[in-house]
Amino acid sequence: MSKLTDLTLSAARDGLQNKDFTATELTKAHIERAEAATKLNAMILATPEKALEMAAASDEKLAQGSGGALEGVPIGVKDLFCTKGVRTTACSQILGEFTPPYESTVTQNLWQAGAIHLGKLNNDEFAMGSSNETSFYGPVLNPYKRQGDETALVPGGSSGGSSAAVAARIGLAATATDTGGSIRQPAAFTGTVGLKPTYGRCSRWGIVAFASSLDQAGPITQTVRDAAIMLEAMAGHDEKDTTSVDVPVPNYEAALTGDIRGLKIGIPKEYRVDGMSEEIDTLWQQGIEWLKAAGAEIVDVSLPHTKYALPAYYIIAPAEASSNLARYDGVRYGIRENGEDIADMYAQTRGQGFGAEVRRRIMIGTYVLSAGYYDAYYRKALQVRRLISEDFTKAYEACDLLLTPTTPSAAFGLGENQDDPLAMYLNDVFTVTVNLAGLPAISIPAGLDVSGLPLGLQLVGQPFGEETLLRAADVMEQAAGFAARPQEWWV
Amino acid sequence: MSADKKVDDQTVRHIANLSRIAVPESELPALGEELNAILGFVEQLSEVDTQGVQPMTSVVETQMKRRDDVVNDGGYAEDVVANAPIQDENYFAVPKVVE
Repeated sequence: MSKLTDLTLSAARDGLQNKDFTATELTKAHIERAEAATKLNAMILATPEKALEMAAASDEKLAQGSGGALEGVPIGVKDLFCTKGVRTTACSQILGEFTPPYESTVTQNLWQAGAIHLGKLNNDEFAMGSSNETSFYGPVLNPYKRQGDETALVPGGSSGGSSAAVAARIGLAATATDTGGSIRQPAAFTGTVGLKPTYGRCSRWGIVAFASSLDQAGPITQTVRDAAIMLEAMAGHDEKDTTSVDVPVPNYEAALTGDIRGLKIGIPKEYRVDGMSEEIDTLWQQGIEWLKAAGAEIVDVSLPHTKYALPAYYIIAPAEASSNLARYDGVRYGIRENGEDIADMYAQTRGQGFGAEVRRRIMIGTYVLSAGYYDAYYRKALQVRRLISEDFTKAYEACDLLLTPTTPSAAFGLGENQDDPLAMYLNDVFTVTVNLAGLPAISIPAGLDVSGLPLGLQLVGQPFGEETLLRAADVMEQAAGFAARPQEWWV
Repeated sequence: MSADKKVDDQTVRHIANLSRIAVPESELPALGEELNAILGFVEQLSEVDTQGVQPMTSVVETQMKRRDDVVNDGGYAEDVVANAPIQDENYFAVPKVVE
C-alpha cells in the first residue's frame, strides 16, 4: 500500500507544493486504492482517465509555481452533485444514465481550485436515508467493524459513500450534502470529520434537490484543517442560487489558531435523551473537559423545543421533496415506463423508478400538503421550525458554540433498522435541529465505543460563524487525538 | 390533526394518485401502516402552542437579488433534450395527449 494514501489533504497539498511527489503520482495511488476497495461499494463510478488528465494539468501548473488552493488533490464527489459529462443519478433508478451537460457550482469551484475528480460516490437514494441502504446501487460497507465480529456495518447516510471513501483513504476528501444530518452522522460512524456549513454558504446550484430549505453542501475529510481548506474552495455566492448568501469567504485555515480561551460553550440539557448510551454520555463529558482545559467556559443552556425537531423535519423535508421530485416523470431525463396514457406513463415511471423510502417520503409530503391537511401539518411544522430556530437565538445570547454528541449510537449493522422507518429516523435526533435553524455544525471523531467503533462529537455554530466553529473543532481534535484506523479487510 | 385520522387503503390510493406513483393494490395495506406510523409520530407537534407564531419559510433573512431582464443563457436545444428517454427533432416526445 502506497504511503501517499496515508496523507491528510493538507499534508498532500504541502507535499505537492514542495515537489515531494507529483499530482500524477498522488492521483495514481488513490485510483489504485479505489480499485482495491470495490468491496466497500463506496464509489459507484470511477473516472480514472479524467483524474489522470486533470493531474497532468495540475502538474504543469505546480511546476510553474501556480495553481489553486487544492491543486493536484484527488477527491471523490457524492452522486448528488451534477458533473458535466459524468453520469449523475443521486443513486436512483429513475435518473437512469442521466449525464449532465453542466457542472454544479460547488464542484466547479473545486476544479477551479485544482482538485482532481476520482469519481462519483454512493449515497442513499436522493439523499433519503441514514445508512446508505436505500441506494439503487446497493449499500456501502463501513470500513470499520466491531472488534472480533465480522458483522457488516453501515457507514451512515446519506453521504455513506463519501464517509467510507475518506475513512478507507480512497480520496483525500469528499463532497457531501446534509439535509438532516447526512454529512455529520456518516462522519461520526466512520471516524471522519463532517462539516455542514451555514445554509446559504455553498451554492445549491447543480445539486440534485431533496429539501431545498434544508439542503447544504459540505466536505467530509480526515481532519478539521482539511475541512477548512475544502470549505474555503467550495463556498461562495452564486448568482444561479438566490439562496446563496453574498458574504465574503474568509480564510478558514487561518482561523485555526488553537486559542479558544474565553470562548463560551453551551451544553443543551435537552440533548440528554432517553436511551442514550452511557458511552455517549461519557464521551460528551470528556468533550466538555477538553474544551474547559483549553480555556473555554462551559455554560448550561436550554433548547426547549428540541424534541419537536424530528417530527417537524419529517413533515417539512417530505413536503419539499414531494414538490422537488415532481420533475421525475419520464419526459426530460432518466427512465420511462410506458402506460395507458400520459398520466399512467408518469405513474408507472415513478412507481418503477423510485425506491421504497423515496416513495414513502413523497407520499407523506403529498399528504401533508394536500387540501384539508396543509394547515394542520405543514403550516404547524413551519411554526414549530421558527420556535426551534428561536431556541438557538436565545441560547446564543449566553454562549458562542454548542457541544453535543453527533449520534445516539455508533454504526449499526446492515439491515438492522431497515424494517422500521421511525427507528432509522431517530439517528438524526441530534443533527436535524441544526438544519431547521440553518446553522453550521461539525462532527469530529472523539473516541471509540467498547467494540472499537468511532463515536463523534458535534459542535454547533452561529450563522456564518464557521471560523469560530472550526477553531474550537481543531482544539477538540487535538485534545481527542483520535488515531484509530480500520483494519483493511477489504483490500 | 386528530389522532383517530387513519390512513386507509382508499386514502393511500388517493395519495398515490396525487403523487403520480403507481402502487400495486397488494401493497396498499403495508404502505398505509407505514404512513400511519409516520403520521402518528409527527402528531406530537399538536402539543406545541403555536398561537401567533409566524411560519418559518426561510432561515436566511436576505434581500432577493435582482438581475437585468435580459437573455443570458440558452441556444443549445440539443443539450436540453440530450437526456430525454425519447426525443424528436429537439422536442421531448410523450404519448398522445389530445385525441
